Amino acid sequence: MIALNGITKRFGAHTVFDNIDLELEQGEIIVIIGPSGTGKSTLLRCINYLEAPDAGRLTVGDLSLDARHATRREILALRRRTAFVFQNYALFANKTALDNICEGMIVVDGLPKAQAHARGREILERIGLADKADAYPASLSGGQQQRVGIGRAMAAKAEVILFDEPTSALDPEWVDEVLALMKQLALERQTMIVVSHEMQFAREVADRVVFMDDGRIIEQGPPDELFTNPQDERTQRFLRKVLAHNPA
Amino acid sequence: MHVLDLDYMLGLLPILLSYLPLTLEMAAAGMVAALILACLLAVVRVQRMPGLNALAMLFISFFRGTPLLVQLFLFYYGLPQVLTFLVAINGITATILGLTLHFSAYMAESIRAAIVGVDRSQTEAALSIGMTQGQLMRRIVLPQATRVATPTLMNYFIDMIKATSLAFTLGVTELMGATQKEAASSFLYFEAFLMVAIIYWIVVEILSWLQRRMEKRLNRAYQR
Ligand SMILES: Nc1ncnc2c1ncn2[C@@H]1O[C@H](COP(=O)(O)OP(=O)(O)O)[C@@H](O)[C@H]1O
Ligand SMILES: [Mg+2]
Repeated sequence: MIALNGITKRFGAHTVFDNIDLELEQGEIIVIIGPSGTGKSTLLRCINYLEAPDAGRLTVGDLSLDARHATRREILALRRRTAFVFQNYALFANKTALDNICEGMIVVDGLPKAQAHARGREILERIGLADKADAYPASLSGGQQQRVGIGRAMAAKAEVILFDEPTSALDPEWVDEVLALMKQLALERQTMIVVSHEMQFAREVADRVVFMDDGRIIEQGPPDELFTNPQDERTQRFLRKVLAHNPA
Repeated sequence: MHVLDLDYMLGLLPILLSYLPLTLEMAAAGMVAALILACLLAVVRVQRMPGLNALAMLFISFFRGTPLLVQLFLFYYGLPQVLTFLVAINGITATILGLTLHFSAYMAESIRAAIVGVDRSQTEAALSIGMTQGQLMRRIVLPQATRVATPTLMNYFIDMIKATSLAFTLGVTELMGATQKEAASSFLYFEAFLMVAIIYWIVVEILSWLQRRMEKRLNRAYQR
């Protein structure tokens, strides 16, 4: 289970969100939508401790930590239970596709190299890049790079994978292959939190859609309900705007 | 005006070349020590280690802000008066020490810039899979920073080779010191110093050629 309780994050005097609660069952897939600047990225980054929350409790599987006095060890443990997929892929430029995927298994999990490479090749197979094992990120298309980014997250065997707008930096031609891979993960019931405005994807894949505005969770529910019958006026306004560009 | 005495120059060549190893050894020793010190300084600066960062900044500011010759005199003639155990410091050691401290200050700044230049999102990606700061530095940041910094560091090595000639002011008979002595006994100053200039020049040209080849290789890295 993944739980955020009372998570609060400030940048200086600016409070991004205050006292946010969110819970996920294992295998649940949620999509977070909302206007930009609302704190969606910051929320994901707090779950992975790329940003340190100012207050609140984070629970991921058997680990639970209090943001007010989290130790370095707890933070590392939390990061091993969560994986992140970045909008701009953020692949290690000095590592091949295979090494990008294996890096964590070797360095963080301490797997022997041969074993890590065997698993790495399985993952490359699953992400459809078996022939790109020795390619460096610079020679891959955006879509291929993002699939490696997802492969790197899969290799972490994390309890939850956090996706921060994984397709929004991609040229349109590469979006589908990335979404297809994410759907495949969803079918395997990989727990995921996805920040995305791909409404079609949300409708097909999400168990629950969460609408955030101004640092608050305004409303949430199954995609069919939320998309067809939004309760809050802000949700309605946002959906009208987004669906006009990006029909579900 | 006298005609260039080529025979004298050719005769001088083997004599001077026998001092080249000492020059190169001083530069190599200074380079290795300066690289180690520069990496430490750069990491202290990048991580903004409390206390140490201020010290590193002071160190870098001093050694970049004063002439190398002044620093060498300070170490060789000045310091032993204050720190009496240094009385036995010889010219070669003082030169290597001076080159190390002086060039490490410059090199620290290029290494720091190269580290900072590594795309910040890769740092986040490494942290996000649970790497420690040390693992992140060793496996992701430093390999990429090295690639960026290498051409500049090669330039400093070339500068350092030329700077070893200052050792003669500390009484070391290296390439420049030997030339000075030969010239003083033959009075053929122009020939002697022209010869030594040519030797330095050729050494530097060889290194520049190596540097260009290395740069080509480095530019191709990570592209395949
Ligand atoms: N590192 C930061 N320093 C200061 N302010 C930040 C930082 N990161 C995000 N913010 C601010 O936090 C708010 C939420 O940003 P973000 O989480 O990126 O929103 P979203 O992902 O929903 O677009 C914005 O007002 C943004 O300017
Ligand atoms: Mg965002």
